Amino acid sequence: MAEHVEVIGMNIHEYQGKALFKEAGLPVQNGVHCKTVEEALGAYDKLESQIVAVKSQIHAGGRGKGSLYDPTSSDLVMEGGVKIAFNRDDVETYATNILGNRLVTKQTGEAGKIVNNLYIESGCAIAHEYYLAILVDREEKLPLIMASTEGGMDIEEVAESTPEAIHKVHVDMEGGVTAQQVQELADALKLEGKAADSFAEMIQGLFSLFVEKDCSMVEINPLVRTEDDRMVLLDAKVGFDENALFRHPDIVELRDLSEEESTEIRAKEAGLSYVKLDGNIGCLVNGAGLAMATMDVIKLYGGEPANFLDVGGGADEEQVKTAFSIILEDPNVKGILVNIFGGIMRCDIIAKGVIAATEALGLEDPLVVRLVGTNFEEGRRILAASGLNIHTAETLAEGAEKIVNLIGGGV
Amino acid sequence: MAIWIEEDAKILVQGITGNQGTFHASKSVEFGSNIVGGVTPGKGGQTVDLGSKEVPVWNKMAEAIEATDADASVIYVPPRFAGAAIIEAADAFNEVKGEGVIVCITEGIPTLDMVRATAHVRAIEGVRLIGPNCPGIITPGETGGAKIGIMPGHIHAKGRIGIVSKSGTLTYEAVAQTMSIDEGQTTCVGIGGDPVNGTGFIDCLSAFEADPQTAAVVMIGEIGGSAEEEAAEWVAENMSKPVVGFVAGMTAPPGKRMGHAGAIISGGKGTASEKVAAMEAAGIRCANDPSEIGAVLLKSLQDAGLR
Repeated sequence: MAEHVEVIGMNIHEYQGKALFKEAGLPVQNGVHCKTVEEALGAYDKLESQIVAVKSQIHAGGRGKGSLYDPTSSDLVMEGGVKIAFNRDDVETYATNILGNRLVTKQTGEAGKIVNNLYIESGCAIAHEYYLAILVDREEKLPLIMASTEGGMDIEEVAESTPEAIHKVHVDMEGGVTAQQVQELADALKLEGKAADSFAEMIQGLFSLFVEKDCSMVEINPLVRTEDDRMVLLDAKVGFDENALFRHPDIVELRDLSEEESTEIRAKEAGLSYVKLDGNIGCLVNGAGLAMATMDVIKLYGGEPANFLDVGGGADEEQVKTAFSIILEDPNVKGILVNIFGGIMRCDIIAKGVIAATEALGLEDPLVVRLVGTNFEEGRRILAASGLNIHTAETLAEGAEKIVNLIGGGV
Repeated sequence: MAIWIEEDAKILVQGITGNQGTFHASKSVEFGSNIVGGVTPGKGGQTVDLGSKEVPVWNKMAEAIEATDADASVIYVPPRFAGAAIIEAADAFNEVKGEGVIVCITEGIPTLDMVRATAHVRAIEGVRLIGPNCPGIITPGETGGAKIGIMPGHIHAKGRIGIVSKSGTLTYEAVAQTMSIDEGQTTCVGIGGDPVNGTGFIDCLSAFEADPQTAAVVMIGEIGGSAEEEAAEWVAENMSKPVVGFVAGMTAPPGKRMGHAGAIISGGKGTASEKVAAMEAAGIRCANDPSEIGAVLLKSLQDAGLR
C-alpha cells in the first residue's frame, strides 16, 4: 500500500483547488491569486487580514522547504517558497523574491520551476495541524481515506517512522463514507465537540468532490483545527484522472500547460506516450511494458536510455515519424534503438515509417532496429533494401548491445 | 485442459460493429476461434461479416447469451461506455447461466468506473473479469484455439506453460521465449496495466497450479502497486510448480507514469527491484532481460525434472 502518492493524473495549482473547495462549500481561508507584486499588495489590502501566507504556486510539493534562485545568475534569493507575512512590507519582499524566480524543492529536481503564480491567503490561529488524503487503493480496488495527527510535516517520514499514526478507511462507492467511519476518523484525529462536527461535514463534502470530479487524489497537508475549533483546509493538492477528463470540461480548463513538459504534451496529442529521461539512447517501442524493458536492457549493457516512448498498438507511418522527431528534439540523444514486437502492428509498416522518418529528418545518429512478429521478414527486407545505414538485431539484448557499442559505450 | 477458457469456447463480442470489434473478431475467426456473435445496442438483428463467416448481432448481452449459450465475451467498446458494458455482461452471464468470463480490452476507462465495475463483478460468484487495458486471453489448440483479444495468434502453440502478464507486447516476448525452447502454452492471460482491474496474478497462479496440463508458469510484472509482492508471497506458500519471472521498469524514474496508468513508482513504493527481490525470495527465478526468459525457464524445467 502506498503511504503517499505523488499527484497522478492532471495536476492543478493550489489556488485552483481552493476555488473548487470553496465552490463545494468546504472550509478554506479567503485568498487571492496574483501574478505580480502589485496584485499581491492589492490582495493584502483586500483580504484585511494582518497576517497572510504568501505561497508560491507550482505543480510540485515541498514548496515550504524549497529554495528560490535567480534564473539567470542562479544566486540564492530566499529560503522557503511559502512565507508568513506579518505586514504589507513583508508581502512586497516575499512576492518580489518569489515571482519570476526558480523554486527548487524535493519534488522538482535540480532544475526547479519558475514561479509565475502566487496565492495570498488570510492567516488563521492554528491549534493543531493534521494530514488528510483521499486516493484509490489499487490493491483493495476502493477509495481510501488516510488521516493522521502528524500534519504539516513530511508524511513520508511519518509513514516510515510511525505508520500506526496514519489511520486508513476504505470507502464503498455506493454507500459513501458511513457515520461509523466518520466517527472512526474523528477519533483517530482526537477531535471532539464542535471540531468533530466540523470535520464530519468537511469529510463528507470532500469525498463527494473526489467522486464527482473524478479525482485521482486529494491531499491536504495540513488540514488544521483553529483555536476556535473550526476545521480548515489550509492546503490543496488535487489531481484528476486523465481518463475521466472527457466528462469534466471545467477541469480541463484549469490545465496549466506551462507546468508540463512540452514534448510530453505534443507526444500525447499524437497518440504517443513519452517520458524524457537523462540518458543518450533514444528508444521507440510498441507497448508500455516492452518500452520499460527496453530501457532496462539498455542500462544492463552499460548505456543510459534518453526516454520512454510507447507508440501504442496500432501506430502508422506518420506516428512513427512524429516519434522520431520527438526523440531527436532531445539534444542528448546520440543514437536510437527501435524495438517492435508486431502484433496488430505490422513490421513492414514500421519499417517504411522508420525509413521515411530517417530520410525526412536527415538522421545521422546510429540507428538499430529490431523487428519481430507480424510480417517481420518483409520489414527486415525493406530496411535492408533502403541502402540507409540502419543496423538490425534479432533480439532485444542484441539490439541494446549494438546501440551501446555504436555510440561508444555508456554516458 | 487450460484455465478458464477451453480451446473451443463460444465467444461473444461486445462492440462487434465498431472498427476495433470487427477487425479483432475477424482475426480471432481466422485463428480458428469460435466467435458466435456480438452485441451492439441498436444494431440487433443485423449480421457482421467476419471474413470466413457471418455472425448475428443482438441489442443486449442477455439475449445474445440465451441464443448462443456463450462462455465468454470480449469488450471493444469505447472507454466511456466500457464500465457499463462490463456490468451488463456480468449481470447477463449471472442471470442466464450463472457463469461466464468477461475480457475487457478497452484502454482508458475512468478509474472510478472500474472501481464500480470491479465491485459489481466481485459480488457475482461464477463471473470473472479479465482486464481492462489488456491484450486478452488465449488458449492455443491443436488447430487454432480460443483467441479472445488482440494478441497475434500465430506466435502461439499448444503446450504446457502458463503465462500471466501485466503487459501486452512483453507477453508476446514471453510466448516467443517459450517457443525458443520448444515449449508451447496452456493459456496466456494479460491482466492489464490499469491500477484497478479484475483478475490478478494470484487468481491466475492458483488456476495454473490446479490445471493438470500446466507444468510451469511465466509471470511478467511491471512497476507500480504491490501485486507482484503479494503474488510472490502466495507462490512461496502455495505453488508446487516452477514459476519464472521478469519485471519491467528497473530504470523507470519515480513519480512518472510509464504509459500504463498503473505503471508509476510513488512514494518510493512499487519499484522493480523490490518486486524482483520479493519474487526471488519466494523461489521465482527472474530474468534480467526478456531475451533470457527462455533460458531461465529451461533451467527451472530441468531442475524440476521436467526436461
